[in-house]
Amino acid sequence: MSEALRLALVVAGKDLRAELRSRTALLSALVFSALVLVIFNFARDPTVLAAADLAPSVLWVTFALAATVTMNRAFTVERENGALDGLLLAPIPREAIFLGKLLANLAFVGTVEALTLPLLILFFNVDFGRALPGVVGVTALATLGFVSVGTIFGAMAVRTRFAELLLPVLLLPFMVPPIIAAVQVTSRLLAGRPLSEMGGWLRLLTLYDIVFVTLCTMVFSAVVDE
Amino acid sequence: MTPSPELGHPGPALIEGRGLRRAFGRLQVLKGIDLSAAAGDALAVVGPNGAGKTTLLRILAGIMRPSGGQVRVLGEPLGRGGSVARRAIGLLSHQSLLYDDLTLTENLTFAARLYGLPRPGEAAAAALEDAGLADRAGDQPRKLSRGLLQRAAIARALIHGPRVLLLDEPFTALDAAAAERLRALLRARLGAGLAMVLVTHDLAEAWGLVTRVAVLLGGRWVADESRSGALETFLPRYHALIGV
Repeated sequence: MSEALRLALVVAGKDLRAELRSRTALLSALVFSALVLVIFNFARDPTVLAAADLAPSVLWVTFALAATVTMNRAFTVERENGALDGLLLAPIPREAIFLGKLLANLAFVGTVEALTLPLLILFFNVDFGRALPGVVGVTALATLGFVSVGTIFGAMAVRTRFAELLLPVLLLPFMVPPIIAAVQVTSRLLAGRPLSEMGGWLRLLTLYDIVFVTLCTMVFSAVVDE
Repeated sequence: MTPSPELGHPGPALIEGRGLRRAFGRLQVLKGIDLSAAAGDALAVVGPNGAGKTTLLRILAGIMRPSGGQVRVLGEPLGRGGSVARRAIGLLSHQSLLYDDLTLTENLTFAARLYGLPRPGEAAAAALEDAGLADRAGDQPRKLSRGLLQRAAIARALIHGPRVLLLDEPFTALDAAAAERLRALLRARLGAGLAMVLVTHDLAEAWGLVTRVAVLLGGRWVADESRSGALETFLPRYHALIGV
């Protein structure tokens, strides 16, 4: 294992341990997700719109908003007692810090998504059936991209006075492309459409991931160094 | 004014800054600062609010980039990655750098892992033992008093055995006994060959510890002298320099 990856796992492990102790981000995001699903469930008219038609949009709106709530935590925890200085002071590459934060955020957001999906199935009575592996796959693909962007914006916002407000303002526009692509793929998966119909959207998601993971890793040092 | 090398202990500088400048927009906070500290040196940097003391310390720690100039630690430029120079630095800030959701053991084990210590758990336990906090190892920082928290912060700053210790207002909020304990610990480390740069407003607390005092005003040195006499003889000169 490379030294940078080892250090990234050390940083991610610290974040996971801290979150498991406080459960601040996970609990808030889960309550938020449940609330969004309840509201959407009661807001729709089942005689006009079938649950299966609405489910992909509701799923991804919920994922996106819950992820924003979750990712706020990654760098606000570094603000306590000047802990970010302790990280920056250490003899570790800035890229390892970014990778560690990214891994921790992926774990948090992934957990929220894994717990939200059954809630959606429960509320909307949608049969994912054979589409489930595909939905899990597209969720992983889309989540990697927007969590990368969320991690870099979290680092950017943490030194400001309104970090909690600034993150969604910065992040939500960047979430639009992967969310649109993910909704399109999820709709087609639920409708049992062939994979060839989703190729373009999947390529968009892959390209988004490659571009933003690379870009965010490269600019992290400039973002956190004063 | 350039600090005079002869004021320090003989031997090579463990930390050295040359031509350090830093601007925030149009505001020039540091205007070409030179400094050096050798083993056993304890340099106190004093000056009024806004003189650039904390900025200087953050640049020396490698947390802030200078607009110009260079910091060398153990003869190596202070880089961004896993350099020897970075390993040699310890920082005791007025904040503890500890995570409130982790216990003291977890905090120090994490720090030990960041510095690549071979047995992080044992290093954390030893650091807590040295700081007299072995019985509080399972407590979270938020449960500690200010004095105990400062001891935990010292344990974190020293866990990797730094050669250069940077201190930012280390005596803030400490009671007399805790301040004396901190002075004793720092004296012992200086005796063992540590170099120290200390930023403070409270010269009375630091006077017995430091070997040199440098006055920073408007981003430049206006005085740099060895601590030869009593604080009472230095203070009138200092007050005259900063216009109090």
